[in-house]
Amino acid sequence: MEHELIVNVLLTIATASTPLLIAAMGELVVERSGVLNLGVEGMMVIGAVCGFGGAALSGNPWVGVLAGISGGVLASLLFGVLTLSIATNQVATGLSLTLLGLGLSGLLGESFVGQAGVKLSAVDMGPLTEIPYVGRFLFGQDPIFYLSLLLVACVSWFLFRTRAGLVLRAVGDSHDSAHALGLSVVKIRYAAVAFGGACAGLAGAHLSLVYTTQWVENMTAGRGWIALALVVFASWRPWRVLAGAYLFGGVTIGQLHAQAFGVAVPSQLLSALPYLATIVVLVLISRNKRLTILNTPACLGRPFVPNR
Amino acid sequence: MALELVKRPSPSRLFAALSPFIAFALTLLAGALLFKIQGVPPLAGLYTYFVEPLTETWSLHELAIKAAPLILIAVGLAVCFLSNNWNIGAEGQFILGGIFGSALPVLYPELSNNTTLPVMLLMGAAGGALFGLIPAFLKVKFNANEILTSLMLVYVAQLLLDWLVRGPWRNPAGFGFPQTRAFDELARLPAIDNMAGRAHWGIAFALIAALALWWLLRSTRSGFEIRVIGASPRAGAFAGFSSKRLTLFAFALSGGLAGLAGIVEVSGTIGQLQPSISPGYGFTAIIVAFLGRLNPAGIVAAGTVLALTYLGGEAAQMSLGLSDKAVRVFQGLLLFFVLATDTLIHYQLRRSGDTHGA
Repeated sequence: MEHELIVNVLLTIATASTPLLIAAMGELVVERSGVLNLGVEGMMVIGAVCGFGGAALSGNPWVGVLAGISGGVLASLLFGVLTLSIATNQVATGLSLTLLGLGLSGLLGESFVGQAGVKLSAVDMGPLTEIPYVGRFLFGQDPIFYLSLLLVACVSWFLFRTRAGLVLRAVGDSHDSAHALGLSVVKIRYAAVAFGGACAGLAGAHLSLVYTTQWVENMTAGRGWIALALVVFASWRPWRVLAGAYLFGGVTIGQLHAQAFGVAVPSQLLSALPYLATIVVLVLISRNKRLTILNTPACLGRPFVPNR
Repeated sequence: MALELVKRPSPSRLFAALSPFIAFALTLLAGALLFKIQGVPPLAGLYTYFVEPLTETWSLHELAIKAAPLILIAVGLAVCFLSNNWNIGAEGQFILGGIFGSALPVLYPELSNNTTLPVMLLMGAAGGALFGLIPAFLKVKFNANEILTSLMLVYVAQLLLDWLVRGPWRNPAGFGFPQTRAFDELARLPAIDNMAGRAHWGIAFALIAALALWWLLRSTRSGFEIRVIGASPRAGAFAGFSSKRLTLFAFALSGGLAGLAGIVEVSGTIGQLQPSISPGYGFTAIIVAFLGRLNPAGIVAAGTVLALTYLGGEAAQMSLGLSDKAVRVFQGLLLFFVLATDTLIHYQLRRSGDTHGA
C-alpha cells in the first residue's frame, strides 16, 4: 500500500529527528544564557549508555529514561564546575567533555555490547491510531516524541513570555549588567547548563531505547554536533530548531531509504549527506554576518568572573 | 567553605610551568581509583600503564611510532589555537593526507622509484592542507563556524576512505578484503634501526616540526602576528594584521602537518590503506596541544605522555585484563585536569568572605 509506506517513512523521520530536537533545545537554552557547551556529543553518548544500562538492568524503560537524564546532568555539571566556577575556556572544556564522554561511555558500556535492550514502546491511544493517514503519526508514537514537542512549546514560552526567561536572556546578552542588577549570573548559568545536560541525556536515552534498542560504541555518530549546528541554524529560536531538526531527520532517513532502494551512488556518499548538509546549512545561515551578530547571545562563550 | 576566584595582576609563571604536572598527577590519582574499582591493584596498574612500556627497547620504538603523529598534528594545532582558530578536524585532515599520499603507490605502482616516497609525503601534506583550507575558507568567506564545519568534515573523510578501500582502490588481488594493495619497499617510510625495532623516520619529522614551530613563533613576523591576533584580534586589526589571512595560514599549516602525519602513518606503520588508519590521533592531539601549553617543547613532552597511554592501554589489556577503553577515559581526564589547573595561572583561589585585597 502506497500510503502505508509514506506513513512509515514519516514515522522514522520523527524518530530520527526527536533526539536532534531535544539535544538542540537544551543547548539553545544553555547558549541563550551565554554559555557555549560543545560537550553535547559527550553528554548525549553518556545519556545513551546510562539509558541502555538503566533499562536493561531494571527491565523498565522508564528507569532507563531517568538514568539517561541523570547521566547527562552529571556530565553537564562537570562542565559547569570548570567553566562557571573556575572560569576555564568554554570551547576547550566542551571538547574535553565530548572526549571524556565518548571514552567513559565506551568503558561503561563494554558489557552491554551485543546485549538485547529494552524498548520504550509507543503509546497506545486505541482507535485514534487507526485514523487513516495521520492516526499513527499523531497518536501512535513513543512518549519522548510528544515530550519533545512539548519541550519546544515550553522553552519558547519560558524564554519569551516569562520573567525568568527574560532574566536568562539578559545574563546571556550582558553578564556584567545582569550582575550589576544583582542577578546571580553563575547560578543562572548552572541551571541552564544542567537543563542542557538533562536534554542531551534524554536525547541519548532516546537513541538507545527507541531509535535502536542496543548499545553501540559512539552510537551518537555526530548527532550532538549536528544539534549544535541546529542552534546556529535556528538563530537561537525554539520553533526554528523544530524545523531544522525535522529537515535533518528527513535527510538522514531519506539517504537510508535511498541506500535501501539501491540508488546508483556509493552508500558512503549517501551516509555523508547529513554531515555535508550541516556544512551547507551553516554556510547559508552565517553568510549574513550582521544578522548573525544580531541573533547571537552577546556573551556567548565568554567566561564570567564577578569583579568584587 | 566556598572558594572564589581572584584575578592575579599578572599570569603566574610558577603555575604556567607547574599546571601540566599537577594535572598529570591528578590523572594518575584518578587512574589509581579507576584501577581499584576494576579490582586491579592501583600501583601495579599504574606501573603497567606508565612505566613498563619504557623499560624495553622494542616498546620505546612503539612509543616513537605513536608519538610521531600526535606531535606533528599538535604542532599545527598549536598555531591554530594560539591564533583563535578552532580546528578540531585534524582527524579528517590526517585521513585525507593518507589518501592523497597513497594515490601514487595505489594507482601507479609500476612507477615506483627513488622519488616515490618524497612525492607521497608532499602529496599527503598537500591533501591535508587542502582539506584544512575548506573550513578556513568557509570561515573567512561565509563566516561559518569552523568548529562545526571542521568536525563535520571528519565524518566525510572517514566515509571517503571507507568508499575508496571498499570500492575503486580495493586490491584486485586481495580476496575481497577492504584494503589497497600493499606498498612496495620504495613507497615505505624506512625504519630508523631495523634491528632494534619498528620506529620509522616519522618521529624525526615530528621533532623537526616542533623546532620549526619554535622558530616560527620566536623569530618571524607570522609568529608575532599569531600571538597578537590570538591575544587580541582588535589590537591585531589596528596593527594592520589580517586575521583572515592568518586563519587561512593556520588551517593550511595544521592541515598540512596532519596530512603529513597521515601519510607517514600509512607509509611507515601500516603499509597500505585500510578502512581505519587512525586510533583517534587527530582528537588526542588536541589534548597534546593543551597539555603541552601550546609550545613546542611542551608538545613534544605531552605527545610522548599521550603516546604512552596508548601503549599502556595495550599492555594493561594483555597483562592485567583491563579494558582498552580505559585509555580514552585517561586521555579525557587529563585534558579536564589541565584546563582546571590552568585556571591557577590567571586566578588565585581564595576563601570567600576574605575581604582584604579585593
